[in-house]
Amino acid sequence: MNQDTLAADTLAAVEFDGLTRSSFILKGALVAGSVYGAAAVGPFVKTALAQTGGGDVEILNFALTLEYLETAFYVKGQTLDLSSEVMSVAKELADHEQQHVDALKATIEKLGGTPAAKPAFTFPITDQASFLKLAQTLEDTGVSAYNGAAPGIESKEVLGAAGSIVQIEARHAARIRLLNKVGPAPDAFDKALGKAAVLAAVKPLIKA
Amino acid sequence: MSDTNPERPTALEELAHDPGSRKEFLRKMGGGVAGASAFALFLAACGGDKKAGQGSTTQQTDTAMKEASGDLEIVNYALTLEYLEAAFYADVVGSGLFKGAQLDLIKIFGDHEQQHVDALKATAMKLGTPADKPNTKFQLDSAKSVLELAATVENLGSAAYLGQAGRIQNKEVLAAALSIHTVEARHASALNTLLGKSHTPDGAFAVPASMDEVLPKVQPFIVN
Repeated sequence: MNQDTLAADTLAAVEFDGLTRSSFILKGALVAGSVYGAAAVGPFVKTALAQTGGGDVEILNFALTLEYLETAFYVKGQTLDLSSEVMSVAKELADHEQQHVDALKATIEKLGGTPAAKPAFTFPITDQASFLKLAQTLEDTGVSAYNGAAPGIESKEVLGAAGSIVQIEARHAARIRLLNKVGPAPDAFDKALGKAAVLAAVKPLIKA
Repeated sequence: MSDTNPERPTALEELAHDPGSRKEFLRKMGGGVAGASAFALFLAACGGDKKAGQGSTTQQTDTAMKEASGDLEIVNYALTLEYLEAAFYADVVGSGLFKGAQLDLIKIFGDHEQQHVDALKATAMKLGTPADKPNTKFQLDSAKSVLELAATVENLGSAAYLGQAGRIQNKEVLAAALSIHTVEARHASALNTLLGKSHTPDGAFAVPASMDEVLPKVQPFIVN
C-alpha cells in the first residue's frame, strides 16, 4: 500500500473493524491529517508506522483529548444561566471529567509517553437548552469512543482504567438524557465508534 | 452525529458473520473446546518432518482452547445475570405496581435485558454450552422497594461487567461485553436518579466487582 496516494478525506469515515494495530494507527494518522491538514499527514504516517508498542499511549491520548473537551465544555456551561439542578450536574460532571484528565495524563506518563497538549475549544452553547443538547451528544459520543477504542488496548491495567471511566461517561449520558426528557438508554447495546467517526463528530468544537 | 458516520457493526454481528473469528475456527475443527483438543491430538499423531511447525500449531490450539473456555465461563456468568434481570423486570411489569412513564421505562429496561440474554446465549452457543436459565424469585412489595432493588441489581451488574473486562481474551467478546456494560450503567444511573440518589455513587471512577463478590449477592434471588 502506498501511503502517499491515500486520500485522507475518503479514509476519514472508515471504521476500524478487524484491522491490525498498525493499520489502526495508520488510519488514526490519516484522520489526524484530515483534521490538521493533509500536508501534515505524510510525516505523521511514517512516525505511526515506525511505532512499536505505542498503541496504548495513542489510545490514551485520544481519550485525553476527549476528556479535555468535556471538561472545558462543563466549565463553559457553568457561565450560562442554568437551573440549580442543571448547574449542580454541570459542576459535578466538570469535576469528574477533570479527574479523568488527570488520571489519563498520569497513566500516559507512567507508560513513558507524552500527554497530548490541551487544544483550544469553541462551544456553540448560549442557554440551558443548547448546553444540555450538546452535553447529550458529547456524553453519548464519549461512551461510543471508549467502547470503540477499548478492544485495541493491550495492557489489562489500562483497559481496566478505560472501563472504569467509560462506565462513568455512560452514567453521565443517562443523567443528561433524563434532564432532556428522553430515554436514558436509547438501545440495548451501546454503539462502538471508530476514532475517525469520533474525530469527525468533535472536529467542529476544536479551534484550528 | 452517529447518523452521519458509518457505524461499526456490533461485535455480535461480527461473531455471527465473520468467517475469520476464532469461534468459526474452532467450529470448523469440530465444535468448540472438545474439537480443538481433538485437533491438537490429531496434529500430534500426524508426526512427520515438520516438528517445529507442528509443535507451535499445537501450542496455539491449546491457547485458543483455554481462551475459549475462559470466555465461555465469563459469557455464561453474564448470561446468568441477564436472565436474572430480565426475569426481575418481567415480574415487576406483571406486579401492577407501576403505571405511566415509570412503567414504560421498566418495560424498556426489561426489553434491553432480554436482548442481552439473547445475544449472550448466542455467543455462548458459539463458544460451547450456554448456562441454563435460573429459577428466580423477587420480593416485590412497593414501587419504592422495587426501584431500590432495580437500582441495586443494575449497579451490581455494571460492576460485574467492569470486573470481567480485563479477563476476556477474545476481542469480539470484549467488544460485546463493553457494549452491554455501558447500557447497564445507563440503567443504574437513571434508577439512582429516580430514587434521588447520586447517579455516580463511586465518583469519577467506577469500581469493579469480581465474580466472588457478585455471586453471593444474587444468590438470594435464585431458587432451585
